[in-house]
Amino acid sequence: MREPAASVSLAPANGAAALNVPRPYPARAESDRPSQFRRGVQRFCRNRGALAGVMVLCLFAVVALAAPLATTYDPEQTQLDQKLLEPSAAHLLGTDHLGRDILARLAYGARYSLLIGFAAVSVGLVIGVPLGTMCGYYGGWLDLVIQRVIDVFLSLPGFLLALSLVAVLGVGINNVILAVGLGVVPAFVRLTRASTLSVRSRAYVDAARTAGARGPIIILRHILPNALAPVVIQATLGLGATLLTAAGLGFLGLGVQQPTPEWGAMLGEGRSYIFSNPNLATFPGIAIFVTVLCFNLAGDGLRDALDPTLTA
Amino acid sequence: MLHYVARRLVAAVPTLLGVSIVVFMMVRLLPGDPARMVAGLLASEADVENIRHQLGLDQPAPVQYAEFLVRLMHFDLGTSVRTGQPVWYEVLARLPWTIELAATSIAVAAAVGVAGGLVAALYHNQRLDTIISALMLFGISMPVYWFGLMLIVVFAIKLQWLPAAGSQDPGAWILPTLTLAAFSVALIARMTRSTMLEVLRADYVRTARAKGQIEHAVVYGHALRNAMLPIVTVIGHQFGTLLGGAVLTETVFGWPGMGQLLVDALFARDYPVVQGVVLTFSALFILVNLGVDVLYGMIDPRIQYA
Repeated sequence: MREPAASVSLAPANGAAALNVPRPYPARAESDRPSQFRRGVQRFCRNRGALAGVMVLCLFAVVALAAPLATTYDPEQTQLDQKLLEPSAAHLLGTDHLGRDILARLAYGARYSLLIGFAAVSVGLVIGVPLGTMCGYYGGWLDLVIQRVIDVFLSLPGFLLALSLVAVLGVGINNVILAVGLGVVPAFVRLTRASTLSVRSRAYVDAARTAGARGPIIILRHILPNALAPVVIQATLGLGATLLTAAGLGFLGLGVQQPTPEWGAMLGEGRSYIFSNPNLATFPGIAIFVTVLCFNLAGDGLRDALDPTLTA
Repeated sequence: MLHYVARRLVAAVPTLLGVSIVVFMMVRLLPGDPARMVAGLLASEADVENIRHQLGLDQPAPVQYAEFLVRLMHFDLGTSVRTGQPVWYEVLARLPWTIELAATSIAVAAAVGVAGGLVAALYHNQRLDTIISALMLFGISMPVYWFGLMLIVVFAIKLQWLPAAGSQDPGAWILPTLTLAAFSVALIARMTRSTMLEVLRADYVRTARAKGQIEHAVVYGHALRNAMLPIVTVIGHQFGTLLGGAVLTETVFGWPGMGQLLVDALFARDYPVVQGVVLTFSALFILVNLGVDVLYGMIDPRIQYA
């Protein structure tokens, strides 16, 4: 991104291009990265669904940050004389069983739900990507041991793994982030490893090694930039999935606890009033649904933009 | 073939051992003192120590694990703290409910998902494809428990067509099945669509058309047959996930399955039951994945199990 766009195939600026090997995907050569990147951005922006997803997510982020400006109600202040009100001008989405404004709780809840999604995926990435790269690049007994451990964790269905972890760690927002994040580590290790393996045997990696580059340099400069595309796509799609898992824990009462207005926990509370006041469960569910939908739209768009070989 | 199955079963043993270590450690890391829990809150310190000794909890961890493993081989998962029943008894009482619900759901999901994905692929970039693709995206974005609650609101409360909970009469199966299947339908349809689109561009499909094969035979005989492998992988993986993922659906509908048992046990800190349920779930998951691998050979004659 430092250099201006250069022609893709005509500029043998470095070893990889000069050797005239089949161009790795996505192109690694320093000279053609800007145009590759720019084409990716263009492809992403042409995807109306993806663009809409990102815009709605930005809107949600603004609402989350500016929640005190958007509503004058305190999301945790109970007012029993105002309980279970239908939607009205004063309470646009009505009030819950403790008289709290549902809209205010949703707006403040966006903070927790978005934070949990991003933080959990970050936990997964920070642990999973280095492990996966090392396994893929160095192989050997380290790879063997880590892969067997991953096998064990992958033999528990995803939600169950998060549920078990939160049982050990305890409830509360930090533990939910940790449990959900650790729950996605195995998938990230597997994906990064596979991606590293496919890049490791490329001619430009051999060239770098022949030129005397050491392992860490090869990994950082040559492998990771080329191996990360599928991981980035998976991370974006993972944002929606982790949000669903965290909300599911909240729904069961094993996630973020009362009176914090996390969407999943709100849905769980609303469940008791499903017969009399379905609003309590409906609105938090819609909030989760729309957010996850937007993450998935953005993830699909990113996949199509970064990986032209996939048409689905 | 039998050789292959036997070898895979043997290969699953280390994974299961790994799971047992994880579960064993997990239960020991859980908050609370199991000896105190068995003894009760009012028991004296001496009684608690006594029970600790009886349960072998004063032994070093490796010794405890070895004993745990020996008991496990005798299908002894301990006794439930809550009910005093053997954990196996509790698990076996709930297991059929979970397996039946997951099996019905995966059958529905496979049928609807493959059909939907197939139609979307055949009508690629036409209106029908757009509609199905949008529905699939909704399906994978929806919190299942919310979908379940909304189904209850519409079909049990507003229309009063179906019961909101329970598991006795056949009508009570419809909403939980739909809820549990929703996500899998979308995932299977997405996979079917993308695989079919890929396969329909393959050379052998063009050859089949070129030799004048009727479209019906091209789609089902040549394309779908070759697209089946990744589809079956997703279906198998989803079946395994549904077995464990039924926790939320079972909670919504009060379904008397393993998921419900697990949640109740977690809240009651009934750790022997938690341990037993998690072990059973992962054993099932490993078995289902093994079954999928065996299916490969039947679907794709190119795969040889030497």
